[in-house]
Amino acid sequence: MSPAFLYALVGVGLFTLGLYALIVHAHLLRKILAINVMASGVFLVLVALAARTQGAAPDPVPHAMVITGIVVAVSATALALALMLRVRAETGRAELAEEPLE
Amino acid sequence: MTERGKKQLPFRLLLVALLFVLTAGLGYAVLTLPSQAPGLSNPVVANLEASGVSNPVTAVLLNFRAYDTLLELGVLLLALFGVWSLAAVPECRESPPGPVLDGLSRLLVPWLILVAGYLLWAGAHAPGGAFQAGSVLAAAGVLLLLTGWRLDTRFSGLPLRMSLVAGLGVFVVVAVVLILMGGRLLEYPPSFAGALILLIEAAATLSIGMTLAALFLGARPEAGP
Amino acid sequence: MSDIHWPVIVILLPLAGGVACFLWPRRSVLLGLLTALGVVACVAGLGWQVVEQGAQRYAVGGWGAPLGIDLYADGLSLLMLTVTAVVGLGISVYSSGYFERARYGQDRARHFWPVWMFLWTALNALFLSADIFNLYVTLELLGLAAVVLVALAGGADAVSGAMRYLLVSLLGSLFYLLGVALLYHSFGSVDIAILAERVEPSPAVWAAMGLMIAGLLLKTALFPLHFWLPSAHASAPAPVSALLSALVVKASFYILLRLWLEIFPFANAALAQLLGLLGAAAVFWGGFQALRQTRLKMLIAYSTVAQLGYLFLAFPLASITGWTGALYMLLSHAAAKTAMFMAAGNTLYFGGHDRIADLDRAVQRMPLTMTAFALAGISIMGLPPSGGFIAKWLLLEAAIRSGQWWWGGVLILGGLLSAAWVFKVVGYAFTRSEAPHEARAVPATMEWTALLMAVLAILLGLFAPWLLALLEIGSPFNRENAG
Repeated sequence: MSPAFLYALVGVGLFTLGLYALIVHAHLLRKILAINVMASGVFLVLVALAARTQGAAPDPVPHAMVITGIVVAVSATALALALMLRVRAETGRAELAEEPLE
Repeated sequence: MTERGKKQLPFRLLLVALLFVLTAGLGYAVLTLPSQAPGLSNPVVANLEASGVSNPVTAVLLNFRAYDTLLELGVLLLALFGVWSLAAVPECRESPPGPVLDGLSRLLVPWLILVAGYLLWAGAHAPGGAFQAGSVLAAAGVLLLLTGWRLDTRFSGLPLRMSLVAGLGVFVVVAVVLILMGGRLLEYPPSFAGALILLIEAAATLSIGMTLAALFLGARPEAGP
Repeated sequence: MSDIHWPVIVILLPLAGGVACFLWPRRSVLLGLLTALGVVACVAGLGWQVVEQGAQRYAVGGWGAPLGIDLYADGLSLLMLTVTAVVGLGISVYSSGYFERARYGQDRARHFWPVWMFLWTALNALFLSADIFNLYVTLELLGLAAVVLVALAGGADAVSGAMRYLLVSLLGSLFYLLGVALLYHSFGSVDIAILAERVEPSPAVWAAMGLMIAGLLLKTALFPLHFWLPSAHASAPAPVSALLSALVVKASFYILLRLWLEIFPFANAALAQLLGLLGAAAVFWGGFQALRQTRLKMLIAYSTVAQLGYLFLAFPLASITGWTGALYMLLSHAAAKTAMFMAAGNTLYFGGHDRIADLDRAVQRMPLTMTAFALAGISIMGLPPSGGFIAKWLLLEAAIRSGQWWWGGVLILGGLLSAAWVFKVVGYAFTRSEAPHEARAVPATMEWTALLMAVLAILLGLFAPWLLALLEIGSPFNRENAG
């Protein structure tokens, strides 16, 4: 097995680690960071597995997909941060109210 | 707070257990993937000649899967629409830059612009391209914004908006012209492909740099028609 | 005419329109309305092409899958594009009145049009895409646009609702993207047709299926993953609530349907039963919650949760009749729910509030709006001759034919729950309120578009044979039936 699989496993770990943080933390900045950690995990899986054939050049298509994904992630993060500031301005806290689970 | 924490402890343990199962399952799925897989490397290499560039990643981004890139420039622009619709008043504290920041920015900004230009050019045959160049350009913009520089209000109307949409605009115009010439969506004639990709990338670099810097500022520039 | 690139125009036109609205904000209403008309005409052109020549496959860049990205238009895509075009035109006309003179003022209108045009681009691109990674990009474009539009309402409720919506939307996309990564690295392609040929059960495929279905269910707000929907849909500006409920949640359902039919046909019956059960739970929970609400827009938002449940009843039925029933539900709900949110927007505009108990003789004061609400209610309840009736009839038929009559019970009980809340609202609209209030005249365009959308929801019952014939082009469901 090539070391590429090790990196892919780290990517899976980052994904679930981010998911844990997203669920557990209430502060919006932490939630936004958690989403970014999850995204990095997915990107790592995509890129790492592209290089798993030993002795061959890495597959360029997942690399291009990751660049696309990064730009999407940057855009979403910028919007999320701006929204977070608005939430704080409107409610006084950078947290979402507890879910009304009636 | 501790009361809440105590109440949440069983929930957290359950969550950790569930996520552990999820990690194990996904990890197992990854490990069972075929250990040798060329993916699409072969078709990419076979068509590299006709793509107009020799860097395979740029060929995928701006030729084979250029349509993804077109939509993704839309996503970036959309984020800017969103940020501008949220915040009309800049929330920055205006403080005069220190001598280090001031001096460093004077030194670095020209270099950053030069590096961005190089990355744009290099993208055709080596790692680089519009996104990398745009990010470096955005870094120069952020540095300028940190020193208190602001766009002259004369340019903050239509000229600013034009430069923000330039990347997407040129992309769409190229696509439409190619269709009118009898091709399909984003089907570049091989002899022009290199030039067209450079044109699109140059416009995209400008727009990406401007958009990222504008997102950093976080608010719509004042005034302007 | 036949060699015009309609699929491309349908995507590029609203994109260019959005950019134009951004460049010339003072002309944005005019530019937006013109673009909307143009898109409707081009969808008609594409429809003509698909009906005449059958399903269309379009290789972007001339490369063709797997190297390039393919667009694909069959009867199912065409149906979704048509719903989007009709509802989109209605929403554009309604918005030209709502944002211009409402308390929102010029500034909000300027922000609304470019984002709405980009959202339309995302929907059209999504319904035409045959590439699961390209679908991810369109999903993100759609999600971000929807979030921006929700936040446009301003105020604590709207920005909090938008924030929660954004986090949920991004989470769903990431689940989907990890599934895409696993599929690509298993089979070396992201084209749906190629994957359908190459796919065979393996741990990675099961994982991808779980991830993608979970992500899409979150975005479609299937019970119990609906928690984000009511606050986002109810706090948005009225035309935005309409397009979120009518179109945006349906987009992720469409992707789910495509994947289920093409890439994961081996998914086992237990999973289909589970989706059906969750759908039934959504029908009851959404209907029950709708009945308890005191605010009109919140009530309509919970009713969306219930109506989305019906769509999932088709999974355990797994027959052509079942799928067409679900799709008919999708389009009649789109028309009816648009009309309802528009009517709610009118009452909000008229009286400055949407408390159901204080509707204060709304029937006499806004007869057109309340007629729209009642007609839309008929379709939501599923009474003949509305589109909702045809949809429930088809689902009932599929349930009885497959020997699973109990799903029919869900349809009938769900209809009774809807009837209860529709009559509650209409009842208050006839009575004099304790607290009479100042009223403001509603622009005629807003009242008439609401009424037209409601009439459309009823008329859908009469157009059924023609629309159902459309679904046979490219026969997306035959493979399922054979398997």
